[in-house]
Amino acid sequence: MPRRTRVPMREQNPEDRIKNFDEVALGYSEDEALLEADRCLNCPKPRCIEGCPVGIDIPAFISLIKERKYREAYRKIKERDSLPAITGRVCPQENQCEKTCVLARTGEPVAIGRLERFVADYCVEDIQEIKKDPPNGKRIAVVGSGPAGLTVSADLAKLGYSVTLFEALHLPGGVLTYGIPDFRLPKDIIKREFDYVRALGVEFIPNVVVGKTILLDELLKDYGAVFIGSGAGAPVFLNVPGENLLGIYSANEFLSRINLMRAHRFPEYDTPLRIGKKVLVVGGGNVAMDSARVSRRLGADVTILYRRSREELPARLEEIKRAEEEGINFVFLATPLAFSGNNGWVDTVECQEMELGEPDESGRRSPIPKKGSTFTLKVDTVIIAIGNRPNPIIAKTTQGLEIGRHGEIIVDPITGKTSKVGVFAGGDIVSGSATVIEAMGAGRRSAMAMHKYLTTKVW
Amino acid sequence: MYKIVDKKRLSDNVVQMVIEAPLIAKSIKPGQFIIIMVYEKGERIPLTVVTSDKEKGLITIVFQEVGKTTKLLGKKEIGEELYAVMGPNGNPFPIKYYGNIVLVAGGVGVAEVVPIAKALKEVGNYITTIVGARTKDLLFFTDVLGSISNKLYITTDDGTYGIKGLVTLPLKELLDNTHIDMVLAVGPTIMMRAVSDLTRGYNVKTYVSLNPIMIDGTGMCGGCRVTVDGKTKFVCVDGPEFDGHLVNFDELMMRQKTYIEQERLALKLLEEKNA
Ligand SMILES: Cc1cc2nc3c(=O)[nH]c(=O)nc-3n(C[C@H](O)[C@H](O)[C@H](O)COP(=O)(O)OP(=O)(O)OC[C@H]3O[C@@H](n4cnc5c(N)ncnc54)[C@H](O)[C@@H]3O)c2cc1C
Ligand SMILES: Cc1cc2nc3c(=O)[nH]c(=O)nc-3n(C[C@H](O)[C@H](O)[C@H](O)COP(=O)(O)OP(=O)(O)OC[C@H]3O[C@@H](n4cnc5c(N)ncnc54)[C@H](O)[C@@H]3O)c2cc1C
Ligand code: FES
Repeated sequence: MPRRTRVPMREQNPEDRIKNFDEVALGYSEDEALLEADRCLNCPKPRCIEGCPVGIDIPAFISLIKERKYREAYRKIKERDSLPAITGRVCPQENQCEKTCVLARTGEPVAIGRLERFVADYCVEDIQEIKKDPPNGKRIAVVGSGPAGLTVSADLAKLGYSVTLFEALHLPGGVLTYGIPDFRLPKDIIKREFDYVRALGVEFIPNVVVGKTILLDELLKDYGAVFIGSGAGAPVFLNVPGENLLGIYSANEFLSRINLMRAHRFPEYDTPLRIGKKVLVVGGGNVAMDSARVSRRLGADVTILYRRSREELPARLEEIKRAEEEGINFVFLATPLAFSGNNGWVDTVECQEMELGEPDESGRRSPIPKKGSTFTLKVDTVIIAIGNRPNPIIAKTTQGLEIGRHGEIIVDPITGKTSKVGVFAGGDIVSGSATVIEAMGAGRRSAMAMHKYLTTKVW
Repeated sequence: MYKIVDKKRLSDNVVQMVIEAPLIAKSIKPGQFIIIMVYEKGERIPLTVVTSDKEKGLITIVFQEVGKTTKLLGKKEIGEELYAVMGPNGNPFPIKYYGNIVLVAGGVGVAEVVPIAKALKEVGNYITTIVGARTKDLLFFTDVLGSISNKLYITTDDGTYGIKGLVTLPLKELLDNTHIDMVLAVGPTIMMRAVSDLTRGYNVKTYVSLNPIMIDGTGMCGGCRVTVDGKTKFVCVDGPEFDGHLVNFDELMMRQKTYIEQERLALKLLEEKNA
């Protein structure tokens, strides 16, 4: 029988790590990985694969680890997952592959994510011999360099297409770069994946907003097909009084100032940030956890305010645990009603107590206001992390693109085909805020469909 | 990329620069703006494109050196490159025939208003321009605006040139004595507020071009939000021009001061370094 518990992963101590932005989880050593890999039963009917949004052959790669064939294990993962060093770190495995692992019934599931990360990091030193088809003379444009766009670019470049990748910001990576902090996903990991995409011959053009700098229809004249992976980058606010007071940030602004612009290193970097002693983060997802943990590292006392209870927190379990270890407070079942301030700066939040009612369309019990129960909190800084919507720029400036109720682009779920011939889309711009692996999976499916379209000319 | 091909000082602290940016030169429309980064560790700041040359792929910016980023930009010389230039951002100004238009420009707004003024003139509007400055030495671009406008008024606070007083002085006279179909004010927030307050009483449609602090310029951060008609708007994607009678200027001016301490520090360190 395999051991009931997984091999723990070494981490920086909470007391140390709240003073730096270095990676929290340190990864498995070879011995640790071998020990953990040994727990995999290599089930005849593996359930873990069903749990993986991109269907990685998990038992196969773990068997290769057991045989110490790490390079082969890496290739096995790469058949399905173009960014293993990233997904090994940020996938919500507890809701995916690890949830369906048979060991989860009696003990802890195999630490699939950690093994994936081990393999990806182990192979880092080896420059991968890049195999790609000879140029086929066909041109592809990809819009947005998040996980969806990076995947499409790499997949099609490998098939011999000449790919141009357009990005609105000055750096590639999408949320991986401007949203997820260094202590969860170090920038050199993203750089490594991006360098690989470049090495495949993909041309990267930053500072281009498709729909403004170049219209989508103009791209269609020059390129055989276009993929839109523009993400869900528009922040949602609470729409309550006082929300524009100084000291109130959207999580996107707060995290971009740090992750993209390096404001924590002001004045070495020019972009400033103002953060007070008492920080309130509104929300309960990964974005809220990241905002809270960044604030903690900047020396603040941090409270997360979430409108449902602990059980419904949508963030990755591991990150919730780490946030708690780092001394972040949680106030559940409450939501802001109004902000007020002094001299323009926020100092008080009036909150409404909530209780849980019937499950809503997301399957979670919906919060309803508790009559007459309000309370106030004293704050210096507030970060709103209650969600993001698809960025509307492309939808607004493109004719004939079918758009849904929340601004998402409507596509065929298998191929990513939009209502406009030659245009594909995938990732958060289609699904709304989701996950890295789903964005990547959508990118991969679209790449295949684009290849088929350009080979057969049949839409 | 983004090479500086020409540079000219227009006054003590106002610089005009011509930059290679072919994609922007091709697509920019009056009223839109760009975001630039001077160097890798720099801030992203918004600037207006004053003129563009599609054929040569060039854009012209005019900026006032007010803080670290604009001072660093002012130090860049012909032949050097900027780290990032991105755009166009924001919406084009609604160019059409309004009739009798008054443009009010102050500070670096004098340059920012040029592309809109040209376009409005081309579709047959009658254009009266009021340019305001604190003192004579700060005036620039009056010849450019003069050549576009049917009539030009210049005011200085201290009376060293033109009419002594604020831009609202000739504006009030025009409002009292002529029929005006639209007013566009571009310049310091306090000036745009004063213009809007004045024209409100006359019920004359008034546009202002807002200048909050920005980061991405694509609607991603919400840092540029303002309240217009009681609703939150993002200036970079919903603006930058809005109906001046509906803008909450107090909130905008407050938000512009968010980083005043850090801005001072950055400037001080820069000056020490240069000394
Ligand atoms: C703070 C934070 C933490 C997260 N944590 C996790 C996690 O732990 N695990 C997980 O699985 N998921 C996490 N997510 C979600 C995940 O990051 C996203 O689902 C994923 O990045 C979506 O990928 P994408 O390629 O669709 O879009 P994005 O990553 O959003 O990339 C889109 C890119 O397109 C660019 N773009 C937009 N419009 C244009 C245009 N008009 N022209 C050119 N370029 C354009 C944008 O600048 C951006 O770079 C997190 C998200 C956030 C914000
Ligand atoms: C859409 C738009 C278009 C613009 N076009 C131009 C232009 O064509 N030419 C130009 O010179 N400027 C323009 N601006 C303003 C310009 O972006 C700022 O002056 C610049 O960001 C200042 O950066 P800094 O680091 O040099 O100064 P900072 O150190 O950031 O600020 C120094 C001082 O300037 C003040 N300041 C900072 N930002 C602004 C602002 N946005 N408006 C008014 N005062 C400010 C500060 O309060 C402070 O007192 C525009 C702004 C917007 C939003
Ligand atoms: S500048 Fe970020 S949303 Fe406008």
